[in-house]
Amino acid sequence: MNLEPGLYHLLFISAALLFIGVYGFFTRRNLITMLMSIELILNSVNLNFIAFNKYLWPHKMDGLFFTVFIIAIAAAEAAVAIAIIINLYRSHNSIDVENAEELKY
Amino acid sequence: MNGSDIIFYLLAALTLVCGVLSVSTRHIFRAAIYLLFTLIGIAGIYFWLDYQFIAAVQIVVYVGGIVVLIIFSIFLTQQAGEKLPKQKIGRKIFSALAVFCGFALTMLQLSQNIFFLPEKEAIPVNVAEIGKKMLSTNAEGYALPFEVVSMLLLAAMIGCIVIALRSKPETK
Repeated sequence: MNLEPGLYHLLFISAALLFIGVYGFFTRRNLITMLMSIELILNSVNLNFIAFNKYLWPHKMDGLFFTVFIIAIAAAEAAVAIAIIINLYRSHNSIDVENAEELKY
Repeated sequence: MNGSDIIFYLLAALTLVCGVLSVSTRHIFRAAIYLLFTLIGIAGIYFWLDYQFIAAVQIVVYVGGIVVLIIFSIFLTQQAGEKLPKQKIGRKIFSALAVFCGFALTMLQLSQNIFFLPEKEAIPVNVAEIGKKMLSTNAEGYALPFEVVSMLLLAAMIGCIVIALRSKPETK
């Protein structure tokens, strides 16, 4: 067991964070907490890109740019999602996904 | 094990523990605060990896922007001090099982994979280099995605205003 932190340790953190986010997405039924889970998943992807860029392609900066663009898109996504959530709260008085099922039928 | 390693393990523990608490706590406000600490831990890992620009962007956009947005929307939509309803135990067990299997599979693949570390010289990652690359139009540049993301942000901004706009009451 190698104790010095390296690529494998970063990939372990990233995978663990991804699956924590997936667990939250499965179990939560409140839209805001589901959005938080999505943020966790996106952060794990960012960490993955940065780790590969640092250890496997240090002569390039592609992973870094992917991370910058993912952060920008995540910000846009969060803003639109919260606008939708607030609109849903106005019409349904609840942001539970079980109460917003008109499109299902 | 030197000081740098210890800092890395502390940051990793902060990130993972706060991540788990963020998806398992039943107080929604506490979930947002735990998410904040997870994001700070990830920013610390970026600092540890010597990517100062990404760490700064992470703190400015996530900690300063998205978490504040989430906290405001919690204030707007949640009754104060009310816990989230309990989830079915079966759903929790099966989610945990699926997540554990996925994680085990990923770790198995990772332990069998051998990465080839490069021999090439690392280039310095400073803000000047990033700025030059982001605005250059040659093969190594990122001018096109930069412009596309700026259009996306504009569209998202207008979309947010239109969606969250309170519709006018019907004229009587």
